[in-house]
Amino acid sequence: MSDKKYLRNDKLPHIWCPGCGNGIVLSALERALEQANVDKDKTVIVSGIGCSSRMPTYMDFNTLHTTHGRALAFATGVKLANPELTVFVIMGDGDATAIGGNHLIHACRRNIGLNAIVVNNNIYGMTGGQYSPLTPTGMKATTAPYGMVERNFDLCELAHAAGATYVARGTVFHAKPLTDLILESMDNDGFSMVEVLSTCPIGFGRRNKIRGNYELMEWVKNRAVNVKAAAKMSEEDLRGKLLIGRLYSEPAEEYTKCYDKIIEIAGKEAKR
Amino acid sequence: MSDIRLMQGNEACALGAIHAGVRFYAGYPITPSTEIAEIMAEELPKYGGKFIQMEDEIAGMAAIIGASLTGKKTLTATSGPGFSLKQENIGYAAMAEVPCVVVNVQRGGPSTGLPTSPAQSEIMQSKYGSHGDRGAIVLTPSTVPECFRLAVRSVNLAEKYMTPVILLMDEIVGHMREAIDLEEERKAEVYDRKKPDCGPEDYVAYAPDENGAPVLAPFGAGYRYHVTGLTHDETGFSTMVPEKVERVNRRLVDKIENNKEDIVMWEETCTDDAESVIVAYGGAARAAREAVELLRAEGKKVGLFRPISVWPFPDKALTALAAKVRSVFVTEMNDGQLAGEVKKVIGGKVPVDGLFVMDGEIMTPQEIADGWKGANQ
Amino acid sequence: MPAKYQKEIDTRLCKGCGICVDLCPKEVYDRDALGKPIIARDENCVYCKQCMLHCPDFAIEFIPLKEGEA
Repeated sequence: MSDKKYLRNDKLPHIWCPGCGNGIVLSALERALEQANVDKDKTVIVSGIGCSSRMPTYMDFNTLHTTHGRALAFATGVKLANPELTVFVIMGDGDATAIGGNHLIHACRRNIGLNAIVVNNNIYGMTGGQYSPLTPTGMKATTAPYGMVERNFDLCELAHAAGATYVARGTVFHAKPLTDLILESMDNDGFSMVEVLSTCPIGFGRRNKIRGNYELMEWVKNRAVNVKAAAKMSEEDLRGKLLIGRLYSEPAEEYTKCYDKIIEIAGKEAKR
Repeated sequence: MSDIRLMQGNEACALGAIHAGVRFYAGYPITPSTEIAEIMAEELPKYGGKFIQMEDEIAGMAAIIGASLTGKKTLTATSGPGFSLKQENIGYAAMAEVPCVVVNVQRGGPSTGLPTSPAQSEIMQSKYGSHGDRGAIVLTPSTVPECFRLAVRSVNLAEKYMTPVILLMDEIVGHMREAIDLEEERKAEVYDRKKPDCGPEDYVAYAPDENGAPVLAPFGAGYRYHVTGLTHDETGFSTMVPEKVERVNRRLVDKIENNKEDIVMWEETCTDDAESVIVAYGGAARAAREAVELLRAEGKKVGLFRPISVWPFPDKALTALAAKVRSVFVTEMNDGQLAGEVKKVIGGKVPVDGLFVMDGEIMTPQEIADGWKGANQ
Repeated sequence: MPAKYQKEIDTRLCKGCGICVDLCPKEVYDRDALGKPIIARDENCVYCKQCMLHCPDFAIEFIPLKEGEA
């Protein structure tokens, strides 16, 4: 029996399919929380709807499983109402970038102190494998039977452009570096986003003829290039690749701290 | 001592909410409710509270639910289109039993409709707008002081019954100016949310109290539990076990229905000797009250029944009244939404007619009096 | 390599995805009839823990051995 410090071990086994990347992400996140030694009673885990959003169920904190796409908006309420809380927000690619895309860019813009983790398995897993804004062009999904016709987002570029002050990308293949990136993201006092390139063996892998669970992990690995290695690579070699590692770290004043100043100003006006 | 001011219903609503202890507001600008957001933006930080203008209506609703889970009293305000957008998360608040208040200053619809004109066409949406069954608390003020009073009561009921409460205003009461004695109104009692009376090890988040409502500890207080919009059992974790599913769904209805006596509010005017009663609420009740005066001046024994809580509907009081009168006349600024409920309650014992206006203009007392006469010849 | 840890596989949690078997650089594991890992060549293990880090099911534990237990 699992006895992880930050898990509700009695809730395991989880609901995910064999070989699903969600378990690897949860495991990496749990190790990051252990290494950071976070206070269980002062940490909140928020999620939206989808396979990865079931993660909080297994985590021993105040956990908030919200509506589809809205996790960041709920989390904004939690954090602003009580800035002492450490707040993680776990979302899938459809959740964060399609139905929740508006909340994502505005959470980035505000630089509110949330730690967002976007588990990108390239597909809507829970509903059976429809395409998302992160399905690579040309790949197949149940709603893209002839291949994804739309162009996909580069999520990290999107978050950076919208104002996120820490942006990183990891993968489920690189499990230990993923823990390190999550840990590092927690040091940023502001909005941090870690995109995790993950796997959906059933909804994405099989449909795209990547049949083995490990084979799909290798497919993820082969799409990724470490940002340091990329600096020495040609544009040609980088075509179609996704950079992994810490991509942006540009500290700026955190939103709830800015609001505290408003309270100070308003309080003085009230006394006048 | 008194502190009499001339102010809008929207302003009275905001001040009432602050009196009730609201310290968190998240919303999105929309006519004719925007003044509430503007006042909250200015006032809340003076009390150490927080205001945030979110990126859309949905986010405003989501943020107040998140904030409420930290133990804060929360409110948002909106109007027609925004109220439609908030529905999914209103259902979430009902399912997850997170107290919050949603003010809907009704304007003309459907769709963008008449942004600056009044209507009362969200009577049914305010109860049934979100999918699934649940009990609903919906209050409708008809004067400026009542906007203050019902804002306080909405917050109190939300915190007591752990549910979203809809304060269903309309453009008439929202934008009209009237005298209000703040000193007097600020004597209103304030209810604070229960805290667990056991330690974290014995805590069961969704175990109902004597009212059928859970006692949710503020996030960060050492009580770790799970909140979800999935159908869940008393532990808060999702379930598909039929008995457990039935139990939570039944409780969401019963915690309101079984406490109706505590929740329902209504007002009767000139009903002691009435032979007919006019039913009206919100802004439209103001014209109905004058219509009663006009008809009384002509010797017609007409009274006014004004539901203040449209949901739960004051059915017992209206049933008692219906036993004494020969007819009922409903007047509202929609196609007869509450009239349907009135007919259901009266059950054919006396005829129910009505004047239903959808032109964006408040009906005049004379129109109501004429309508009543037409129906009661 | 001298044993530093004892590996435990929780077959109740394991869903038999086979990632540990395929990923192990030293071919420590074989598959059982259900596709779940069996520790077949423990002596090959270099304790890189990659199987544990990549197990989606929290089914693999490396339990440190006390001195003399090896």
